[in-house]
Amino acid sequence: MSQNEKTNWPLWEVFIQSKPGLSHKHVGSIHAADAQSAIENARDVYTRRSEGTSIWVVPANAISASSPDDEGEFFEPANDKVYRHPTFYNIPKGVKYL
Amino acid sequence: MDENILLENFQKKVDAEIKVEPKDWMPEKYRKTLIRQISQHAHSEVVGMLPEANWLTRAPSLRRKMILLAKIQDEAGHGLYLYSSAETLGADRQDLIEELLSGKAKYSSIFNYPTLTWADIGAVGWLVDGAAIMNQVMLTRASYGPYARAMVRICKEESFHQRQGFEIVANLANGTPEQKEMAQDALNRWWWPSLMMFGPTDDNSPNSALSMKWKIKRKSNDELRQDFIDRTVQQAEAIGLTVPDKDLKWNEEKGHYDFGTINWDEFFEVIKGNGPCNQERLSARQEAYNKGSWVREAAKAYAAKKQVSKAA
Ligand SMILES: [Fe+2]
Ligand SMILES: [Fe+2]
Repeated sequence: MSQNEKTNWPLWEVFIQSKPGLSHKHVGSIHAADAQSAIENARDVYTRRSEGTSIWVVPANAISASSPDDEGEFFEPANDKVYRHPTFYNIPKGVKYL
Repeated sequence: MDENILLENFQKKVDAEIKVEPKDWMPEKYRKTLIRQISQHAHSEVVGMLPEANWLTRAPSLRRKMILLAKIQDEAGHGLYLYSSAETLGADRQDLIEELLSGKAKYSSIFNYPTLTWADIGAVGWLVDGAAIMNQVMLTRASYGPYARAMVRICKEESFHQRQGFEIVANLANGTPEQKEMAQDALNRWWWPSLMMFGPTDDNSPNSALSMKWKIKRKSNDELRQDFIDRTVQQAEAIGLTVPDKDLKWNEEKGHYDFGTINWDEFFEVIKGNGPCNQERLSARQEAYNKGSWVREAAKAYAAKKQVSKAA
């Protein structure tokens, strides 16, 4: 890695909002010397067909992620809480707008 | 955890069509195979710009020139999507590029053929992109998530590539006798190398079985090649051109075309570096890389300077 640091621009993860009102979505990554050129490179690489209205770039090494190894236990607390979903509840017949 | 159990769980997951993501456990061989395949694919996109660039300044109209420019730019983008997906497997971009520049890495043998006439630009879009699409559509379902997602983007962009090429060939085929002859000549020269793009026959591609088991690939080389022939022959007929294969014949029973023997000696010679343009392609890449070094350094220096002034 150290020898490559000389020549490799840092890696940025790219997030694109495809329409006003929607969330930004991860689309891939890009190399660039700084944030401004990362945004410009991302525009050229990921939005050549008007796929975006807004771009975020984040240094790849600034992202922390959950570990896939304990994905099971990690998300377990949500699994047995069916009462968090509207379908859990019994509503008398004929009641509307609920 | 025991390696065998990990491997078994991995296979179960692949069989259940759950995508493998960068941080998931994967067999070392799976990782290596993917890095090799994805980086070769990326190199092919990049080197693939060269035969087309040859006609950029001589495109017969502004319309054709804009189209060709946009297509070439897409191919650069495809290279970048793919390098970035290889990086999610732990490969270093710089290492991959150096392997290409040193001649160590492979790229699709098709790009070592020359584009001699304008009709070749049509043939490249029609046949070469057409063959690539067969492969890439299959790869949108590859088990490795980042590769599959890159392929979805690529396939969306490819559809215009093939159509613009076919349009060029079709227009020439409908033109003067000289133009038609030019179109036929391009088909004659690009047909067989395009069939070679799918790789050696199934009985001669030892790594295929594992790639199929791991769902990196879902169709064999021969299946893809047959699909390509079946759909392309009709396209050639529609514009009055003749596929240069005297053994080509519809086989009613199989529901496929029978076709002649591919010259595999030629294929392996080109792979080895002895194709008509291997040397030219490599030196064009090296030159582009070397000429771009001041840009890479200047951008870095500028970024560093801005960091300093921000900190002050
Ligand atoms: Fe491409
Ligand atoms: Fe293409």
